[in-house]
Amino acid sequence: MDYIDPHIHMVSRITDDYETLARMGCVAISEPAFWAGFDRGTADGFRDYFRQLVDVEPKRAAQYGIQHFCWLCINAKEAENVSLSREVIAMIPEFLDRPGVLGIGEIGLNKNTRNEAIVFLEHLQLAVKYDQAILIHTPHLEDKYQGTRMILDMLEDDSRIDRSKVLVDHVEEHTIGEVLDRGFWAGMTLYPITKCTPSRAADMIEKFGPERLMANSAGDWGPSKPTAVPDLIFELRRRGHEESLIRKVVYENPIEFFSNSRNFNFKPREKGKTAV
Amino acid sequence: MSSPTQIFDETFLTMRSKLIDIAANLDRIDRVNDGYANDDPRRERIEEAIRILLAENDSADRAKQLQQLFSRPYDPKWRRGFGL
Repeated sequence: MDYIDPHIHMVSRITDDYETLARMGCVAISEPAFWAGFDRGTADGFRDYFRQLVDVEPKRAAQYGIQHFCWLCINAKEAENVSLSREVIAMIPEFLDRPGVLGIGEIGLNKNTRNEAIVFLEHLQLAVKYDQAILIHTPHLEDKYQGTRMILDMLEDDSRIDRSKVLVDHVEEHTIGEVLDRGFWAGMTLYPITKCTPSRAADMIEKFGPERLMANSAGDWGPSKPTAVPDLIFELRRRGHEESLIRKVVYENPIEFFSNSRNFNFKPREKGKTAV
Repeated sequence: MSSPTQIFDETFLTMRSKLIDIAANLDRIDRVNDGYANDDPRRERIEEAIRILLAENDSADRAKQLQQLFSRPYDPKWRRGFGL
């Protein structure tokens, strides 16, 4: 089955992973800007990172028939440095008309601090000003519930934000209901230990239905599995779910959400044609 | 959806293994317990989680309840504290 991974950090994966993803049916990915494992010191460091996302990764992905899209921001961990964050936010519009740039992300909260909230709000202003879709990171573990509620509060405070253009990622059992009930898109991250397993994601699809719901691997430089979305496909098939439901979650929903972005020029694979 | 029997067939050994892991971890804590472990708030949360698993639950939301147990509380007035 063709599928799309809507949240994966390929800059931290080897080229062999692109080949594996293609063999598993991946036809497109979207890569949000994130933390590099260390705090960058300058806005130029981010400019180079954005060039990597916009120029380099699409070429690496294309070698294996995968279409690459991306999101730009300064992530929540580095948002503690408000002055650097403002420099980066001021620079982002340079890239917003580049092919494949879908919007602002992954913005959000990490430890739910005042500085993180300030920088999150300034990213929202940027998204509204330039009419961009938004991809949101919610915190990990014990900070997730509090942080998700704070993020929803900030989104709802701004009546200019179109909820159909916002994806709230890394939802789990205690946050998915609030996100969907308020009209946002929700992403389930299939990630060992700290987030969600394919089995629990299948449970959430069964409880909440497939509308405005996606699944991703968030594959990155930490312990993660870039082929986690095919694991979910396998789990749903094993439970006897129809192919149409599976395809909606892993293919049609990402296309519907990404179509909010004017730079989403996705070309579906021709029927009967292999990827590579 | 699978039947309860099918789900047990597929998950019984995994659940059994995870429960034994929890038992062994608590045994290991007790074996080296110098008195501190009984005061560690994480022990109380683990024990509360086990109580949630055993309680009657008509809404089938044990996973959600455990997630809430292991979460910081949300204060709707958080903006005031931040001056936002």
